[in-house]
Amino acid sequence: MDFHITIGGFVALYIFMLAAFAGWVIIGHVPAILHTPLMSGSNFVHGIVVVGGIYALLNASTVQEQVIGFVAVLLGAGNAAGGYAVTDRMLAMFKPSGKAAGHAAHAKAGVRKSANVKSLPRKKR
Amino acid sequence: MDSSLLASLPSLGIGAADLAAALLFMYGLHRMSSPATASSGIFVAGIGMAVAVLASFLYAFDVNSAARPDLWLNMGLAVVALALGGGVAWWSGRTVAMTAMPQMVALYNGMGGGAAGAIAAVELFGGKAQGTTALIVTLVGALIGAVSLSGSLIAWAKLDGVIKKPLRFKAQQVVNGLVLLVTLAVGAYVVVASEEKAATWLTIPASIYLFFACALVLGILMTLPIGGADMPVVISIFNAFTGLAVGLEGFVLQNPALMIAGMVVGAAGLLLTLLMAKAMNRSVSNVVFSNFGAASKHKQGKIKGELKPMQPGDAGIAMRYASSVIIVPGYGLAVSQGQGKLYEFVKLLQAGGVSVKFAVHPVAGRMPGQMDVLLAEAGVPYDMIFQLEDINDDFKTTDVALVIGANDVVNPAARSDKGSPIFGMPILNADQAKQVFVVKRGEGKGYAGIVNTLFYGDNCHMVYGDAQAVLVQMIEAVRGLGLPAAA
Repeated sequence: MDFHITIGGFVALYIFMLAAFAGWVIIGHVPAILHTPLMSGSNFVHGIVVVGGIYALLNASTVQEQVIGFVAVLLGAGNAAGGYAVTDRMLAMFKPSGKAAGHAAHAKAGVRKSANVKSLPRKKR
Repeated sequence: MDSSLLASLPSLGIGAADLAAALLFMYGLHRMSSPATASSGIFVAGIGMAVAVLASFLYAFDVNSAARPDLWLNMGLAVVALALGGGVAWWSGRTVAMTAMPQMVALYNGMGGGAAGAIAAVELFGGKAQGTTALIVTLVGALIGAVSLSGSLIAWAKLDGVIKKPLRFKAQQVVNGLVLLVTLAVGAYVVVASEEKAATWLTIPASIYLFFACALVLGILMTLPIGGADMPVVISIFNAFTGLAVGLEGFVLQNPALMIAGMVVGAAGLLLTLLMAKAMNRSVSNVVFSNFGAASKHKQGKIKGELKPMQPGDAGIAMRYASSVIIVPGYGLAVSQGQGKLYEFVKLLQAGGVSVKFAVHPVAGRMPGQMDVLLAEAGVPYDMIFQLEDINDDFKTTDVALVIGANDVVNPAARSDKGSPIFGMPILNADQAKQVFVVKRGEGKGYAGIVNTLFYGDNCHMVYGDAQAVLVQMIEAVRGLGLPAAA
């Protein structure tokens, strides 16, 4: 049994076309508030290049290929890990009013904040 | 189970893992498109990445015969490279200040481009890319990846302040065009020489080196003349470039996960670039091919009115007695690290029953959406932050607009003055509020280098000083009133 498949020219173009359309549609709904995390998030996604780097390195048969393959995995891993760390940090900060803010210095603010959102207490005394 | 099925298990495993990864990436990006689900989105995408990376070691069962003796060494090298590259980048990503985020994204993006270029180099040097189509796709991917690497590094250096001034010289576009032509010619030579198996002028490895050198130089030359204000658009372009390069190398390696993820990012990055350029009222070609500021030698009409300075404390107290306040934060706030103090002041106002909203311009900060992140870091809930189109009509009915560290994004000249370089840029209508307070370090001009007529308006007062120091004084003044808080 052989499950190996080959992606030829036109099949590749179909994959590219559909993937491009998917990317366009997914991003089209993003509010401006998330532009920076999203750029960072899509930056993380192309960190998948590290998989290609591992493939190239495992198949390396000369010192030159090993060195370049090593660099490919090194850079790809940096792309993926860094992209994830930065995106995760940014997105963890987005909190609605109900929850206490993530920042330690503001933890005590939660009570006062929730108390003053609705009522209009003692204004202009 | 017969032996051929057993032998095909690794490639089935890789196929299934890559399929799962592609699905998880798209679902993760989809979740990232709303603030409520965004933080789980990156986690979903992260699982996809982990699955794909772990499964990629199954390639070890299927390596070509030439590499078989080195397999254990190669696997060791791969593990070391993963741990080293991933570890250092993880640590830097966890520790970097939020204000330094744009240059970190540029740096990680450059790494991805470099990885795509390096994969192409392995394929080219090892003679693994066979056939004209594969060769051309490999070279195009290599070109885009290398341009993205060197260009992103320059973008990083500019945003980090290593390179301070844009470098411009005469006939720059002609030089860039020539370098591109030379790169393409060398690429064509590599294709022909590899196909004919006969190198006339240069050996094939030498021409591959020359090709990469030209591509790297092209990336540097393209990015050097672009000013700091336009850098976000440039990073976004390179982000799309890297995605494209990854997709193309994915085709060469016959890996659909790379193809799909790369092309999704390529398209998403392109759309994001267009959105950003639109928000900045610049066309993408304008950013890349012309020099911002060079064309803005425009004479401004005489401005009526004068600048009216005000003490921070007085402005703070005036806001405490207002019933509604809209705050327009800009990058000056982030420079003075005043976001935390600002939110403290806002909570003080809210405790007194003042309705407070934040109005964030799409390009506030140095990267679209960066101001939202910086406010979120200070603990501001995202439902208090409003985007331009949602809040612009509210200024008319608002008592006070507090402009803090922002300038060009509230300049009414963008609405009225046809000759102004920022004419047509969507702005926040802070000038329509009953009263406007502008917190600013001095009488200087903004990024665009033009005078802001808002500051001279009858309803506008200037509060001079560092944003954080001003906010501290405002907080003290309001506390000094001794009004009871709501809690």
